[in-house]
Amino acid sequence: MSRALVLHLGLIAVLFAAAFLLPAYHHGNLARIMVLAVYAMGYNILFGYAGLLSLGHAMFFAAGMYGMGLTVRYWDWPMILALPFGTLAAAALALLVAVLALRTAGVAFMIVTLMFSQAGFLVILYFNPITRGDEGFVIPQAARRLAGLDLSDPMNRYLAALVLFSVVLLACHRLVLSRLGRVLVAIRENEERARLLGYDVWAHKLGAVVLSGSVAGAAGAAYGALFGSVGASFAEVPFSILPLLYVLAGGAGTVIGPFVGTAFMFYLRDLAGTVTDAHMLVAGAALIALTLFARRGLMGLVRARWAGWLP
Amino acid sequence: MSLLLTEGLGRRFGGLEAVRDVDLALREGEVRALIGPNGAGKTTLVSMLCGRIAASSGRIHFAGREVTRLPAHRRIRMGMAYTFQITSIFAELTVRENVRLAVQRVADDAALELRVAETLACVGLEGRADQRAGDLAYGHQRLVEVAMGLGQAPRLLILDEPTQGLSDGEVAGFVALIRAVARETTVLLIEHNIDVVMALADRITVLNFGRVIAEGAPAEIRADPVVQEAYLGG
Ligand SMILES: Nc1ncnc2c1ncn2[C@@H]1O[C@H](COP(=O)(O)OP(=O)(O)O)[C@@H](O)[C@H]1O
Ligand SMILES: [Mg+2]
Repeated sequence: MSRALVLHLGLIAVLFAAAFLLPAYHHGNLARIMVLAVYAMGYNILFGYAGLLSLGHAMFFAAGMYGMGLTVRYWDWPMILALPFGTLAAAALALLVAVLALRTAGVAFMIVTLMFSQAGFLVILYFNPITRGDEGFVIPQAARRLAGLDLSDPMNRYLAALVLFSVVLLACHRLVLSRLGRVLVAIRENEERARLLGYDVWAHKLGAVVLSGSVAGAAGAAYGALFGSVGASFAEVPFSILPLLYVLAGGAGTVIGPFVGTAFMFYLRDLAGTVTDAHMLVAGAALIALTLFARRGLMGLVRARWAGWLP
Repeated sequence: MSLLLTEGLGRRFGGLEAVRDVDLALREGEVRALIGPNGAGKTTLVSMLCGRIAASSGRIHFAGREVTRLPAHRRIRMGMAYTFQITSIFAELTVRENVRLAVQRVADDAALELRVAETLACVGLEGRADQRAGDLAYGHQRLVEVAMGLGQAPRLLILDEPTQGLSDGEVAGFVALIRAVARETTVLLIEHNIDVVMALADRITVLNFGRVIAEGAPAEIRADPVVQEAYLGG
């Protein structure tokens, strides 16, 4: 077994043990962190590996959340169908966005994804009678059941989040060590060289956007199901910036970085909240410190200093 | 039969005709040198062959198929490999990772690491396999570039000034390497070092101001007064 696999399985084991050891407050936090880390891992596939900076991932998160939420609210779908449906909705949206946005690159790609995401947010508000976008709606407790388990129960919720997190973490581990993952890195590092090694750059980028959007959508669907609320605020611009911050803090292009970054930023904000209202100021200061002292994020620093094998 | 054939191939950059009306035919298995003064259009010509830039006029056939409008990656998949004049490698990755990216398209999992190791040994970089490619000396980066070309096991290997920046010893090694490669591969070599050209080429094509001004066996080219005036300096 490789060191990387030991690390990733070890993290899963620690998180599993934590389910039974943590006090209620941190237990709740960690469930939320794991789902948000899935969002960040999805973002990292596109940004950290394929090298495409999207400013519109909230639309994929929201597509997953609403794909799940609307089918449960209006058609009484069970979670076992609603969760995959939400993920599929995000995948379809990602495919559409990719086909259009990949005509651009660099800053133009950032702006186009931002615009699409903003359009998505406005669509949710426009259909307010259906989406209840402005104030959000609650997924009733009776609907929050999966395989006979009540997802509103804190322990079930934590374990469900851990299952999703583990699946995505191990899938990312597989992906980045695969041929496909290496080609994505090649495209990030030197697109023309990759093309002239015979790789279809456009098709790989398309695949990366769809995969990344699907994982973000799965996170959105799970977030709605586990925490019981659906709303347009999850489609707003700040929610697109969030995974970028998490990934930058934790280390872009590392498998474990998104989790580390999410946990770091989550607790930083939490700690800052106890001393000052200006928690965004603290988050900003932390990011400046990171760019000064760990430009490649926390795990990027670990990789550069101590663990060159870190995938 | 020709492996590569061009008909009336041309490329303009605004008002400049960088390449005009080039008819080129490469026989399977030959080593062809493409020579000419700086700015003659050599890089532009081979860039059109591999699809890195589009042709303004004319046609390109490769392996029995017209490829003029085919995207670069499809041509590469048909068996072309291109090494850049301006070194273009994955600087942040290790030498081994660079070469693996070239090899993995043509090798299955069982053969991959062995083929990577063989390719590294071919260019003498096995001792530097785990160094970051961007940290290598310029000459060694050129060899990474060559290794990426070889690693694809191409039918046609296009080399754009591969010996630029190599030491004399490395140049001698390179000549031996291409001799060995040429037993199985057709090679199109842009080269300024006339000794390398004479040592390797079966035929030579001379380009000046975007046009082919002479083509023939090395001895003929050496004796051609037009070539001497344009390029060899009389
Ligand atoms: N992308 C480009 N845009 C404009 N002019 C170019 C471009 N590439 C090459 N040229 C011009 O085309 C001519 C041929 O260049 P090039 O093919 O690089 O010559 P060589 O490789 O023989 O030295 C030169 O005059 C060069 O300045
Ligand atoms: Mg040139």
